[in-house]
Amino acid sequence: MNVVPQLAARTEPAIKLEKVGVSFGAGAHEVTALAETSLRVGYGEFVALVGPSGCGKSTILKLVAGTLTASRGYVFVAGREIGANQVRIGMAFQNPTLLPWLNIRDNIMLPLKIVPPFKRSFAQKRRTEYLDRVEASLAQVGLAGFGDKFPWQLSGGMQQRASLCRALIHDPTLLLLDEPFGALDQFTREELWEIMQTLWIDKRPTVLLVTHDLKEAAYLASRICVMQARPGRIVDDSPVPFARPRTIDVSFAPDFVALTQRLRERIVAARAVRETAS
Amino acid sequence: MTETVRRRILSTACIIGFFVAWELLCLLFHVSDFVLPRPSQVLATLWTRFPAIWPHALQTLTTTLVGFGLGIVIGILLGALIGSSKLAYDVAYPLLVGFSSIPKVAVVPIFVLWFGSGTVPAVLTAMIMCIFPIVVNVATGLAATEPELQDVMRTLRATKFEILWNVGLPRTMPYFFASLKVAATLAFVGTVISETVASNRGIGNLMMIASSSFDVPLVFAGLFILAALGVGLYAIFSLIESRVTGWAVRSDSFAAGG
Repeated sequence: MNVVPQLAARTEPAIKLEKVGVSFGAGAHEVTALAETSLRVGYGEFVALVGPSGCGKSTILKLVAGTLTASRGYVFVAGREIGANQVRIGMAFQNPTLLPWLNIRDNIMLPLKIVPPFKRSFAQKRRTEYLDRVEASLAQVGLAGFGDKFPWQLSGGMQQRASLCRALIHDPTLLLLDEPFGALDQFTREELWEIMQTLWIDKRPTVLLVTHDLKEAAYLASRICVMQARPGRIVDDSPVPFARPRTIDVSFAPDFVALTQRLRERIVAARAVRETAS
Repeated sequence: MTETVRRRILSTACIIGFFVAWELLCLLFHVSDFVLPRPSQVLATLWTRFPAIWPHALQTLTTTLVGFGLGIVIGILLGALIGSSKLAYDVAYPLLVGFSSIPKVAVVPIFVLWFGSGTVPAVLTAMIMCIFPIVVNVATGLAATEPELQDVMRTLRATKFEILWNVGLPRTMPYFFASLKVAATLAFVGTVISETVASNRGIGNLMMIASSSFDVPLVFAGLFILAALGVGLYAIFSLIESRVTGWAVRSDSFAAGG
């Protein structure tokens, strides 16, 4: 199913931002959300973008998702300019953003109804193949048997799991995560990290994760980009070498702590620069 | 459970009490049935003259339903257009507000001029009466759709129509049904206005003739029929509404969850 992107992997990265900038407003009121930024993400990579609020992390995600247009520069996804391609994108947001009038099963099935090639046979397969698919993905995140429930009948953590299912149901080659674990309690969050890692190892999509939790970034990602605010730009880009599958115990290892510590200092330094500048 | 039963009994008792009080006050002050007939007299008239009344009631009901149906179709189409396009909003809104400010009685003669007297102007009057609330509510509902929900669709590369169909319209349903309940009763008003002015059938016409021959109980019988039809239609749409938009009752927990 993923043959074409994997062939393309030899020549082009999955995501390529080339001298991209984003500004809002005009003239004296112009605000630069993202200064000239370049970023390359290879196929199957798991890249985390970390940094203080207002540093443009989410802006990058929106650019790649295609819900925001760059003011300058170019955004390439799978070697083609954004909007011109048929790359399957899955996205999970900070809020579960489930449709309140659909039950969990139909919510998760939504991408299959919209995204080609699944949409072509949606009418025939919605009660058979696609239904099994949804049940399997619900079971994977520990929500088996909750398909008939409506979003408001589920806790925040369960809604967020359902939202992850929806982001992954159509086998996206590109997964965009905008702080999806941010609003959860510590234990639910760690549980979902584990699920997320299993899903990633299983399907190996290219993942772009926005977070301000350094532990989360170091646990999940294979590469971490640190960003700085005003104007937003990438100031550090480090690989995360720990072997997979990682467990929560890894996060207490000296290497892990040293990495998060270093990133923390990097961000604090970036904030200090900003404060003296302003 | 007992709480809801008690509420039901109490409200029913109050409604019956209203008619009993009406009856008693009329008897107590010897009010002539030329001025205000007692409910019992109205019911008696309904009963004895039912064969004469029911064709008119049927005429009014079908006319209203046809007008209402047309109004729903046009209302949704216009509302969807206005709610999803800035230009359409700017152009259509002033026109709509202006049009809905016109007393509909003034429009009936024009319809009669175009289509002759009878059923057609009544259908059209019922239709234009109910378009405005439907358009405004559908457009408002679409405008109120959370941008986050639209972003979900846009990252899936959904077309504008798919977004409208899967997010915009379902999101609008609570607004739409709220407007239907208003529109259903307005449609009756429209029909009766037209029937009163230019028709030889329908409850409006029946009441016209009855009042010109001082048959006041029959006038009130017409009013009772209209009220009953209106309540019936309202109840039907309330029922459909609770089935279709039950999720919206939970909107507070939806806001908390995302």
